[in-house]
Amino acid sequence: MPSEVTPIPSLRSAPPPPRGSVSSGNPVGTARHGPRAGWGLKLAALGGLLFLHIPLAIIVLYAFSIEEKSFVFPIPGFTTKWFAVAFEREDIRAALGLSIRVAAVSTAMALLLGTLAAAAVWRSRFFGREAISLLLILPIALPGIITGIALRSAIGLAEIEFSYWTIVLGHATFCIVVVYNNVLARFRRTNRALIEASMDLGADGFQTLRYVVLPSIATALLAGGMLAFALSFDEVIVTTFTAGQQSTLPIWMLSELIRPRQRPVTNVVAVFVIAVTFIPIVTAFYLTRDTHDVAGSSK
Amino acid sequence: MNATGAPAVAFDRVSRTFGEVRAVDDVSFRVEDGEFFSMLGPSGSGKTTCLRLIAGFEQPSSGHIQVHGVNVGGVPPYRRDVNTVFQDYALFPHMNVGENVEYGLMIRKVPKAERRRQAEEMLAMVKLDGLYARRPGQLSGGQRQRVALARALINRPRVLLLDEPLGALDLKLRETMQAEIKAIQRHLGITFVYVTHDQGEALAMSDRLAVFNQGRIEQIGAPAEVYDHPASVFVAGFVGQTNLLDGYLAQRIGGFPATFSIRPERIRVAGEEGGFGFDIASIHGRIAAITYLGATSRLNVQVDGGELIVVEPNVDGGVAPPDRVVGAEVRLTIDRKHIQAVTDAS
Repeated sequence: MPSEVTPIPSLRSAPPPPRGSVSSGNPVGTARHGPRAGWGLKLAALGGLLFLHIPLAIIVLYAFSIEEKSFVFPIPGFTTKWFAVAFEREDIRAALGLSIRVAAVSTAMALLLGTLAAAAVWRSRFFGREAISLLLILPIALPGIITGIALRSAIGLAEIEFSYWTIVLGHATFCIVVVYNNVLARFRRTNRALIEASMDLGADGFQTLRYVVLPSIATALLAGGMLAFALSFDEVIVTTFTAGQQSTLPIWMLSELIRPRQRPVTNVVAVFVIAVTFIPIVTAFYLTRDTHDVAGSSK
Repeated sequence: MNATGAPAVAFDRVSRTFGEVRAVDDVSFRVEDGEFFSMLGPSGSGKTTCLRLIAGFEQPSSGHIQVHGVNVGGVPPYRRDVNTVFQDYALFPHMNVGENVEYGLMIRKVPKAERRRQAEEMLAMVKLDGLYARRPGQLSGGQRQRVALARALINRPRVLLLDEPLGALDLKLRETMQAEIKAIQRHLGITFVYVTHDQGEALAMSDRLAVFNQGRIEQIGAPAEVYDHPASVFVAGFVGQTNLLDGYLAQRIGGFPATFSIRPERIRVAGEEGGFGFDIASIHGRIAAITYLGATSRLNVQVDGGELIVVEPNVDGGVAPPDRVVGAEVRLTIDRKHIQAVTDAS
């Protein structure tokens, strides 16, 4: 699961197609993309894409249905009233607000602690360095349910009241990992001599951090931060174990599925989340396009 | 604090150990103000560690280092009046060429317009006029090298440290850059401390050079002094090519049992008539191989008790004397002043 950052292989180095190949229709296009795929492969690719995206389309579709108790196809009628209903409901606003606050604070903590941990592991050799590296990655490598139970019993033993802060704590454990991984991967490709060069030219530690280190890892911080935010925003398992009475947006959605009334409201919220997450993903894609990094990679 | 007449850099019994390894082992030397001083040696000989000790990236395990008369023990790199040109240039990839060069001035809060003016001036000095707005990634190796030089020199350091600055360049460019770096040093009149493993480079550029081996200095001196009078077997072998004689052949040519170094170009292929005298050693041999090297040719001559390498300039018109063929019997003569006894210290 660690989001190891890999360079994108250059398309320009792809060899030109062999002379006299069947696909001589567009010489420029074929030169850049190599021999064309057969129709079987294309069909499979299309099938895969549809499988991934049709459910999304269905979610969007039912946000406009007039039927509120069950999902019937085709939808019996078209309405936009659920948007108004969703906007009025206090529980949605509370859940959305809580999710955003949790994600923002966990991400901020992860950016700070993850970067510091990555810097320590990169810059110095110390006893237990490999162990710390492993322990940091553990919360995301272990099943969420283990992390969740562990946190719940630990918080319970410490007699801390389950609250907003216990959710943040739970989320920060795995948010740190993605920031740590992204930043460490960047550090490893950064020339250590840059820091010495900066010091040599008269910059003290803080100036070097500000003018050399942070600019070098800026896009890695952006990518890691956005991934952390996204992970926190839709986290269910760990949240279930660490939350008190509060419900974050994913928890609210789960509970809403059981209720018989106003079903399309859930879909409206889903549409809203899709729309909102689309913006940072596209932004990150454009911002990191010139650098040789993949913005998010995996979880 | 700047005592006049104090050496630019002075090492007083400096050691630097990394665990069990003595990277620099009880080294003392002085670099005079305005001197071009080279530290020459194979990799792992301690020369780069010495440079890093001067820059402040390393602290000595024992001993004292003075820069212009001031003890620099515990002084961090950013408070030292020295600047470094790094081996792999270490240009800041997120800044353009001009911002790289201006970095030291920006840190010292020099106004923007003045920074720009000085950067353009420095870029002109290293012949990179008009490349202010380029990114380091768009430059060739030689150009990056010049940017690194300009970035270090804009701070007007009293000592400039250069860590194998030409190591990554091809031969032709290296020779051009050698001449330019030397010219810049003469123009600015500041002290250059130059680390290299290339003995030709050290001989060509330095006022004086120190030959490092296994954390110690084997010899310090002017290039001609080190080349003509190597102090040890190691120096004789590392700086230039040499014939090292010991055992029977040493006794036979040198006249007493010791180790001798004879530079290949000091040996003459003489006719049977010339080159006799009290101060001339002579020996007969047979040419075992001839290697044509352009300006010179190298002869491997089999003599009683070993082999001697002889380098002689190629004759005008390319017509070699008739006895320069493999298998020919020749008589070699060596002026005794070129037969150097060397100690086998290492």
